[in-house]
Amino acid sequence: MDIKQTPLYRRRKRLNQLVMVLCQLATVIGFVFLFAILFTLVTKGIGSISPSTFVERTRMNGGGLGNAIWGTFLMTCAATVIGTVIGVAAGTWLAEYSGKGLMAKVIRFINDILLSAPSIIIGLFIYAVVVVPMGNFSGWAGVLALTVIIVPVVIRSTEDMLRLIPNSLREAAAALGAHRWWIIVRVCYSGARAGIMTGILLGFARISGETAPLLFTSLNSNQWNFFDLGSEMANLPMTIYQNMTINAFIPDLVALAWGGALILTAAILILNIAARYFSRQRS
Amino acid sequence: MATTNAIQASGLGHLSDATRKRLQRKARIDVWFERTLFAFAFAVLLLLGAIIASLMFSSWPAIQRYGLDFFTENRWAANVEVFGALPAIYGTLLTSFIAIVIAVPVSFGIAIFLTEQCPGFLRQPLGTLIELLAGIPSIIYGMWGMEVLAPLLRTWFPTVFPAGTGLATAGIILAVMIIPFITAVTRDVINTVPAVMRESAYGLGCTTWEVTRRVILPSVKGGLVGGVVLGLGRALGETMAVTFVIGNNLFLSTTLTGQGTSIAALIANQFSESDGTQRSALLALGLILFLITFAVLAFARYLLRNSTGRHA
Repeated sequence: MDIKQTPLYRRRKRLNQLVMVLCQLATVIGFVFLFAILFTLVTKGIGSISPSTFVERTRMNGGGLGNAIWGTFLMTCAATVIGTVIGVAAGTWLAEYSGKGLMAKVIRFINDILLSAPSIIIGLFIYAVVVVPMGNFSGWAGVLALTVIIVPVVIRSTEDMLRLIPNSLREAAAALGAHRWWIIVRVCYSGARAGIMTGILLGFARISGETAPLLFTSLNSNQWNFFDLGSEMANLPMTIYQNMTINAFIPDLVALAWGGALILTAAILILNIAARYFSRQRS
Repeated sequence: MATTNAIQASGLGHLSDATRKRLQRKARIDVWFERTLFAFAFAVLLLLGAIIASLMFSSWPAIQRYGLDFFTENRWAANVEVFGALPAIYGTLLTSFIAIVIAVPVSFGIAIFLTEQCPGFLRQPLGTLIELLAGIPSIIYGMWGMEVLAPLLRTWFPTVFPAGTGLATAGIILAVMIIPFITAVTRDVINTVPAVMRESAYGLGCTTWEVTRRVILPSVKGGLVGGVVLGLGRALGETMAVTFVIGNNLFLSTTLTGQGTSIAALIANQFSESDGTQRSALLALGLILFLITFAVLAFARYLLRNSTGRHA
């Protein structure tokens, strides 16, 4: 008798086909949902974006998103710069000096926790240690909250990338008489630069869309605020949030919120694609 | 000084004074370089300590006033100064549970499709697409839930979702949000299985499902659970995707589809207009959320560390 005719064989084959169809179904469902979101975003957002959206400030009627976009850009850049200094330094210690000690294990573990800690908690923390003592919401508080979120990302990618540098390179430099810090700065960093940059870019993309940590730190503002980080700072996620909730009775502002959401998502997707392209180019 | 001794001991004593001084200076830079780097790494530890300490300190008035009643009181009524964490904790746990129940089968299905079935030319683009979608800010999911999903649910199932919004709606939105994330982790974990294992199972005559079920999934069990628990951690602490659709009902309603609230949503909604005891109670909620996610994330990291260690 042909083995393909046995009941067991047929049952196994049928089960296999069933599960594979279910997997395909799951893929279709997943992508349908995600594309539905992107579709809604584009159809609702595209109509309210015009050149004036980028240059006018937010108002209760009409207006644009210029000050919010600028505020988000400024705070994200500032947080990325501070976060890069802290994160690269700490990541370098973990990769180059920590060895197998307990301290390194603990720091790595804590960093992993901070990497996915709820961002609203970070906002509460900065509120308690910065906003309360200073007495007012400020751009600096927002910057610090975003810094706390990006630092673990940079630490992680710095450590991972430095660990990819072969030890023979370090040994070769040491044999030529280089000091350890010189080896790290000139040999290890130049090898790991592309990877670390990718990590920073991904972190930048992530914090630019964070809303929850800004709720109680930078708050929002409808005025132009170019460099005064000491007072409240307008930003895109908070503007979207407020337009969708407390200002939701004004149709123009809701439409503007969708426009802002489209701008934000497009910027983040472009940054992610750039980071990917960048890392592929160099490796 | 230790560095001076080291230079002498290494037989550099015959060098001229100037050279020796230069070497000593460089050696000192070495020491200070390491100390500076360590200070930054240590700051990470201090940061976690500071987060817990500041939350405890600022939520102390509420903890002192309500004690354990905080966990058993089933309403959050600011006008009479009665604050109970139960509705928010219930909402947080329930929405995350719904999200996991929906997201895990779908994510595993997508990951299995991507690794075992998908034609080669689609594998890379679809995988990249999933990773990109994992980067969409969570507020977008919340807006979509409020503007599209809630009205749809209300029209399609008016008896189950009379308002469209509610705990179940929030759970569905969370599921959509964490599907790309869990899928990406699951796919990476499955990809760590050596090709030899897969090939030998196929060589014995297994079907694709048998290879997946009996060989691949068991060999990366820890990593799979770790990925799911990481997704759970995201869902528990999510603010923006939930706030729009959860309904913001501050009284405990132990239903699946009713209006409710979650810890993060409650904080986001009330914090800026609160003061005194209410603000302190909200900070206490934040502390509870942090402790819950801390436990969940620690568990996930423990599982993931074990699993990657075995294959890397």
